[in-house]
Formats: sequence, structure tokens, C-alpha cells
Amino acid sequence: MSIWEYANPKKFMETSGRILPWAAALSALTLVPGLVWGFFLTPDADRFGSTVKIIYIHVPSAFVAINAWAMMLVASLIWLIRRHHVSALAARAAAPVGMVMTLIALFTGAIWGEPMWGTWWAWDPRLTSFLILFLFYLGYIALWAAIENPDAAADLTSVLCLVGSVFAFLSRYAVYFWAQGLHQGASLSVDRAQHVADVYAWPLWLSIAGFVLLFLTLVLVRTRTEIRARRLSALVARERME
Amino acid sequence: MLALLSRDLRLAVRAGGGFGLSLAFFLILTVLVPFGVGPDPARLQAIAPGILWVGALLASLLSLDRMFQLDWEDGTLDALATAPVPMEGVVAMKAAAHWLTTGLPLTLAAPVLGVLLNLSGPGRGWLALSLLVGTPALSLIGAFGAGLTVGLKRGGLILSLLVLPLYVPTLIFGAEAARRGAEGLAAGPVLLLAGAITLACLAALPYAAAAAIRVNLR
Amino acid sequence: MPDLGKYEATVLSAWAVALVLLAGLVGLSLWRAARVRRALEAQERKGGGNG
Repeated sequence: MSIWEYANPKKFMETSGRILPWAAALSALTLVPGLVWGFFLTPDADRFGSTVKIIYIHVPSAFVAINAWAMMLVASLIWLIRRHHVSALAARAAAPVGMVMTLIALFTGAIWGEPMWGTWWAWDPRLTSFLILFLFYLGYIALWAAIENPDAAADLTSVLCLVGSVFAFLSRYAVYFWAQGLHQGASLSVDRAQHVADVYAWPLWLSIAGFVLLFLTLVLVRTRTEIRARRLSALVARERME
Repeated sequence: MLALLSRDLRLAVRAGGGFGLSLAFFLILTVLVPFGVGPDPARLQAIAPGILWVGALLASLLSLDRMFQLDWEDGTLDALATAPVPMEGVVAMKAAAHWLTTGLPLTLAAPVLGVLLNLSGPGRGWLALSLLVGTPALSLIGAFGAGLTVGLKRGGLILSLLVLPLYVPTLIFGAEAARRGAEGLAAGPVLLLAGAITLACLAALPYAAAAAIRVNLR
Repeated sequence: MPDLGKYEATVLSAWAVALVLLAGLVGLSLWRAARVRRALEAQERKGGGNG
């Protein structure tokens, strides 16, 4: 098995059609228990009270929001280097998912920040980076929507994704330089010292797995939709020619 | 390549459009700010570097969509694509022409407008210096955005959506250098960071912009 | 329903916003998938389907 086989849309449709029910079931089987566990079965934290429960949506959505962009970057590179058509469509399919995840992270963070930091919004490095990431998603999606020729759209958005990634990175460090933050450090890391307690960590890991699987499922569904839409427009165009 | 540069400069001066327009926009923006935030000199002084930087950034955005659009419409860009000059060189020259007609005038005008916002003497110097270092990056990033959107019918709006997030690092370092300079803090290191961004843009973005234009010419 | 104490509104609204956004995303994705699939099937039937 290699990803190059799946540059053939027909092959991809067959395989993804078989994977899709499993992916959907698996994401439901991790997401629902993870969220239920987090919401109903975890204790309140000393400092944060019951607001600690927001972590089970805030952290996973932020994680997916960043990694969705990374996935788009890889998919764009694969398209640019090897003209892998499905890869370009997968990048397109992932963008709105990543954007919604960014929004969820921003909104839940703002709602949490209101009682905890005493403000909905602060120009904190992490918050600002996420807002900028949201703008990048907007631009990327808008460019896809604006260009009619599908191959040109894939090329141009891929170039934008590459350049945007570099600038997103630069912005991140520029923003850290520019403001000192309120945001806590990593909630989960190999470094035990700053780790959240295990009671919170296990449901959190489960939620993260659920969000990642949900992301994969949605990308599969949306990529299949994009392939069908592409085929549909090709058929319509051919009909007009006849 | 120099012929290309001088052609673009002559066109810009003759057509008059972008050249005076962005300066006028910059002036009007600076005049409007005190109406919005009140005439308190201390407050104006505090926000002056940031306002002037954002103003310069928006002013340089105004003329971006014309950078390749006219040449694309009348076929000059196709001719340039087959010319012995590489497309990267064409992009670099276009960006240089854009900078000479917007970035440089804005840099020269900024200290004068700084007076309106009660910016101190050294602050005006640092502002001009930071703009001098930072605005070339704005033109280069703009050339990339203009290259991406040259084939679009209403590219102007989407161009600003694409380009403005890319301006963030330049704006942060440029405005920070100007602010530190105005407050008498050490602005040199920040200025160097802004310069690093400009040089990186100069090294990399002509390639990305040229790739985008080749796609659009296909 | 766990006792959320004084932060009840905060926690519930954060979860509500997140779940609504997630549901919207899933719903829109599935809705568009179904619509495009139906349109494609209709087109293929019309064109003989040997595309």
C-alpha cells in the first residue's frame, strides 16, 4: 500500500468508503465516552472550580486546529511535488474543519477567561496566535472559493499554504516577543512537573483522541464530497460540449 | 530588468493613480485618528507609532491590486513570461517599483505626519527608520498576494484578506521598534528583527510570487 | 447532572457553544455530501453512467 495508489480517485473512493464507517464508529466511541467522562465523572479543581471541565473541549479543539493546518501543509506539498489530486482535495476538505476547531478553541477560551482572568479577551500570545491562525484559514478558504479552474486553485492555495505556514510560524514568535501572556503552559507534556493530575489527564487524552478521529472522519467525508463535486462538474461540462 | 523598473516607475508617475493616492490616504487616516480618539496630546503621542505603522500598511495595500493587473489584462505579462528575464526578476522589479512609489514616499511622509500626532523628535526618526526597514517587506508580500490573485475578477478584496495576516510579523517588529525608539528604549535589536523579516521576504517571496503568476498564466 | 457550583453558566455555555459548532460542522459536511452525491448520481444516470 502506498499513498500514490490513492492518487486515483476511484481507488480512493473505494478504500475510503470501506474505512469511513469504521472511522466514524471509532470517533464516536472515543469522543462520546471522553466527553461524558470529562463532564460527569471528574472532580472540580481547587483553583478553577468546575470550569476545569472546559478543558475537555478547549485543549482537543486547539490541538486539532493546529495539526489540521500541518496536515494541509503536508497535503499541499504532496500535491505540488507529485500532482496527487486527492491530496489537494484533502487539504481543501480539512480547512473548514480546522477553522471551526480554531473557533471552538477561541470561544471556549474566552468563556473560560471571563471568570478566571476577569476578561473575555486579552492580547496574550497564545490567544493572538490563534486569532491569526483563524485569519489564515479564512484567507485559504476564500482563495479556494474564488478561483474557478480547479488545478490552478489547488496550485495557488498550496503556494499560499506554504508561505502562510512560514508566516504563521513567524507571527507566533513575533507575538511571543510582543506580549507577555496570561495563558497557562502546556496541560499535557512529558515533563511531569507541569502535567495536570491524572484524574483530568485520562479523559483529556480520550477526548483528544476523539477529536482527532472526528477530524479524520470529517476530512474523509469532505474529501469524498470534493471528489464527487469535481466529477459532477466534469460531467456537466462534458454534457455542455456535446 | 532596469528597463522594466524604469518603465513601471514612469507608468506609475504618469498614471498618477497609486502614487499620490496612497499618500493622500495616509494623510487622511492620520487626520481622522484624533477625531476618533480625542485631541489629548499624551494619548496621541502614545499611540502615534502604532497608528502611523498601521496607516502605512493600509496605504501600501491600496495600490497592490494594480501591480500585475494591468499587465495581465493587456498581455504584457505573457510577453514578460517569454522574455529572457526570469519571472522572479520581473516580480522583484515590480515590488521595487511598488516600494519606490508607495513605501518610500510613505516613509518620508511619516515623520511629518508624526508631528500631527505629537510624536517626539527622536520618535519621528525611529519611525522613519523602522518604516524604511519594514516597508520593502510589505511590497514583497504584496507582490506575492497580487501574484496569487491576478487572474481573479474581483481580486482586490480577497487580496487584502490574504495579505493582511502575512503583514503581522513586519507590523509587530516595525511598530515595536518605532514605539521603543519614541520612548527612549533600545530599539536597535527590534529593528534588526524587522530587517531580518524584510531580507527573508526578499530572498524567498519572489520565487513564490513567480510560481503563482506562472500558474495564473497557464 | 454534576453540581457545577457558581461557574455553572460558564461551563454550560462553553460546552453549548462547542457542541453547537461541532454539530454544525458535522451537519453541514453530511448535508453537502448527500446533496453532491445525489446530484452526481442523477447526472450519471442521465449521461448513461459510463463516464
